[in-house]
Amino acid sequence: MARARVLIRPKEGILDPQGKAVERALPALGFEGIEHVRVGRMVELEAEDPERLAELCEKLLANPLIEDYEIQTL
Amino acid sequence: MIWGVLQFPGSCDERDALHACTLAHGEARLIWHEDRDLGGVDAVVVPGGFSYGDYLRAGAIARFSPAMESVAEFAAAGGPVLGICNGFQVLCEAGLLPGALLLNQSMRFACRQVELIATPRDAFWSPGGPKSNERDDGSGERLSIPAKHGEGRYYAPDEVLDELEAKGQVAYRYAPGHNFNGSARDVAGVRNEAGNVVGLMPHPEHAVDPLTGSTDGLRVFEAVAAAGTPA
Amino acid sequence: MTVGTAKHRELGLTDSEFELIVEKMGREPNVVELAMFSLLWSEHCAYKHSRKLLKKLPTEGERVVMGPGENAGAVDVGSGYAVAFKVESHNHPSAVEPFQGAATGVGGILRDVFAIGARPIAILDSLRFGELDSVRSRHLLDGAVRGIGHYGNSIGVANVGGEIYFEEPYEHNCLVNAMCLGLAKTEDMVRAAAAGVGNAVVLMGASTGRDGIGGASVLASAELGDGDEAKRPTVQIGDPFEESKVLECCLELLAQGLLVSLQDLGAAGLTSSAAEMASAGGVGIDLDVAKVPLREADMEPFEIMVSESQERMLAVVEPARVAEVLAICEKWQTGSAEIGVVTDSGEIRILRGGEVVGEMPVEALVDGCPLYDLNPAEPEGWIYGNRATLATGIAAADELLALLAAPSIASKRWAFEQYDSVVGSRTVRRPESADAAVLQLPEAGNAIAVSIDGNGRRVACDPYAGTVEAVLECAQNLACVGAEPLGLTNCHNSGNPEKPATAWQLDRAVSALADACVALGVPVVGGNVSLYNEGPEGPIYPTPVVGMVGELPDPTRVAGSAFAKEGDAIALLGPFSPTLAGSELAKQRGELGKGLPQPDLAAVAAACAIVRDAVRAGKLASAHDVSDGGLACALAECAIGAGVGCRVDVQPLRDRGCSPEDALFGEGSGGFLVSGERVALEALGAVYLGEVGGTTIEIAAGDRSVVVGLGTAESAWRSLGAQAEHSGA
Repeated sequence: MARARVLIRPKEGILDPQGKAVERALPALGFEGIEHVRVGRMVELEAEDPERLAELCEKLLANPLIEDYEIQTL
Repeated sequence: MIWGVLQFPGSCDERDALHACTLAHGEARLIWHEDRDLGGVDAVVVPGGFSYGDYLRAGAIARFSPAMESVAEFAAAGGPVLGICNGFQVLCEAGLLPGALLLNQSMRFACRQVELIATPRDAFWSPGGPKSNERDDGSGERLSIPAKHGEGRYYAPDEVLDELEAKGQVAYRYAPGHNFNGSARDVAGVRNEAGNVVGLMPHPEHAVDPLTGSTDGLRVFEAVAAAGTPA
Repeated sequence: MTVGTAKHRELGLTDSEFELIVEKMGREPNVVELAMFSLLWSEHCAYKHSRKLLKKLPTEGERVVMGPGENAGAVDVGSGYAVAFKVESHNHPSAVEPFQGAATGVGGILRDVFAIGARPIAILDSLRFGELDSVRSRHLLDGAVRGIGHYGNSIGVANVGGEIYFEEPYEHNCLVNAMCLGLAKTEDMVRAAAAGVGNAVVLMGASTGRDGIGGASVLASAELGDGDEAKRPTVQIGDPFEESKVLECCLELLAQGLLVSLQDLGAAGLTSSAAEMASAGGVGIDLDVAKVPLREADMEPFEIMVSESQERMLAVVEPARVAEVLAICEKWQTGSAEIGVVTDSGEIRILRGGEVVGEMPVEALVDGCPLYDLNPAEPEGWIYGNRATLATGIAAADELLALLAAPSIASKRWAFEQYDSVVGSRTVRRPESADAAVLQLPEAGNAIAVSIDGNGRRVACDPYAGTVEAVLECAQNLACVGAEPLGLTNCHNSGNPEKPATAWQLDRAVSALADACVALGVPVVGGNVSLYNEGPEGPIYPTPVVGMVGELPDPTRVAGSAFAKEGDAIALLGPFSPTLAGSELAKQRGELGKGLPQPDLAAVAAACAIVRDAVRAGKLASAHDVSDGGLACALAECAIGAGVGCRVDVQPLRDRGCSPEDALFGEGSGGFLVSGERVALEALGAVYLGEVGGTTIEIAAGDRSVVVGLGTAESAWRSLGAQAEHSGA
């Protein structure tokens, strides 16, 4: 079984209010110089057939209209 | 005429939708998500709620249910399908409607009465009807309907939005001042190109009883009924 | 295996309680047994300091279908239907993790209602935090509101009302009280008592993990101090999706007659559910922890028995029907397992596979806990602080604006808009449109109304009078929508009962609740007590929260609170004799102290009946109870809601002996602000105050008159959102 981690992020250009809210809150907490915060999701799984992961991402784990994904094999 | 209202684990407004359907016209029954057989219904409603807890993305899991596969076939054959709130999300995830619904701009769930403008002006439902609708010129019929959602901000890339407007696929817009979730171009609901599948975020099934609010929602169900009644 | 003597103290048991356990068992308890005793003998589960007091409450009445002792109370609403309801607290978990604490509070009260076979149809919440200029309070408010919204919206039960107060004594000990109402056919309601020796015990719902291990004894029975960050792991995580599946599953099982009894798992998890079911039925129970579906593989038997994992229910099922029960659970995609059997041993036995790892007499566990007498002593003076936030000598108009903007008085729309108030199609009056929520019951051909009220500050001024006022507030709110009270549920939130001042407050409050309920003829059908709500800074205000349910025959005849139209007369009905004692204005001036006038129970009850009948007869265009902020605030609220001003003169109150200030901003029971045709209002015994009209709120009050623009008043009254979301320290 191959272990993998899928990172799912809002596509560039899509308004990401969560990312914006986090970014705006940082200076008050003492963190300067942090930009382009995007908030997404992470899915970890074990797959018998890692070849099918891209298809799984396209079909279910991410919505390709609004999200990018990245597969990391562990 | 017989309506079928889908029921998923986590659906909330399916009973309210059943009631609204029967008030409008005919009989209505629930279709369990695992049933492939839609039972010969004349129109399908995909109701509001939190199917599968909205886990992963709202509607992402429900759209793979056996019942939804049958609904896709029903829609491809021209059957009328109405998606409300989570139902709208399911239809977008299933590719039966264009676009996607994102987190409200305020990042909060909001339940409030909103005014919608139904476009085009002369019909709620016109399969093969008018091909173009400009942005609101103040003459569309206004409906007062409750909206209640946390992820209702309509999004589609600009090219897609242009195309939707050119082809008359914007079915409902929030009236000026009523777009509380940041939806692109104030879009509250869209229809597919053929015009038989419509989705909207606000809840017409909660606007059918003068005791609990306005009755403008009945107009939406009546229009679907007109499309679904066997000739 | 026996345990060392110090262990029991760590778990919150006193030495004498431990010795009593040893005596009842005839030996020292082992780890599993000690854990179970420590939870069931904790304050939260055993009501050690309050049970004797609560016996004063009247619990019977001809409309009572289920009284205290069952999962929820229920009253008959006619046509074969009953409405179940209860309020419960989830204070300590919410102070540590507000989102999940409040969410699981809602989850818990929902389960209490569907455990007796009633489909939940509404929830309400009563919340209290410190002042909003504190980052912590804003964080708790935000988290709690989000948590309640998340759980209630996801599961599809309408949130139809509530209250939120902000007072310094709640800064470190917030209050989250959640109330739920459900509907059932009376004949279908089910009790919790386990019955039938040889019947199977089935666990349904989510798998069992380490959520809330020791939650009851660690959190709810001790004061919060430093290091409560470390208590975070004991807060339970809620899953409303799982609960919606369990709910539908249970209701279907009950509809098909497949369950002998049903109980929800709440505080103290399997231990309390199993023990209480056995105790109610006079039987014994054997449970095999090896059969419990686990989320984590390596859990100890005692952990499994005290886990507070959410969304679980326990049922007793005849052996021949177990397969059907499991099949229906499978259909609803919710977990299920046969984990035990009902016996005639009178004992609760815990097994792991074939081995007995714990056994104790049910009676000792459930009823053997010592009950303590309080040592009440009235405190000399005002034991809470005072903080002036408003200068004296300013214009009355500015005082009105300061009161309208006070978070405790301001519109709560920012909060209730985050809740679904329409699902289920029963909501005739959404939040803020009338003094009580109204839900139609087409099945029964009538409607019900519900209100949840309390004022800790006024109870702190005078625990007896303040508690009577809370009950009257509910009754008045119900009257404004034409409803007659059927039953009441209450949650007493207090500090450490072992301290004489708190004991005195609790004693007086319960006496007052009993007297008020007897006077109004409203039975108490259930409730909850939450004690030890205090920290190094001191206790919270004693806060009895009252939830009252009433019925009304015709949901089309419900008065709203806001004025209806220009030209309507405005009048005051009822024995209203306001003073500034304990008022929001006194609080803002830093002038709070002991003492409140005693409300006239009989006179207020009579006024409620007049208003109720007038609403039912359609004689009132609007009806609004006068409460926080006094008459001036009530007038402003009615005007803002209508979008039109008013011109009134409070001379009738001055004729009763009130000073201009008392008349404008004084508080107390018995005031109904009504509008409609002058002749009709005066025929009811109301005194004319003025007229609806214009774009200003004008109140003539001798040398303290008020003129405020409607828009200005509305901006002040709608400022809660800005105050709640204000960022920065």
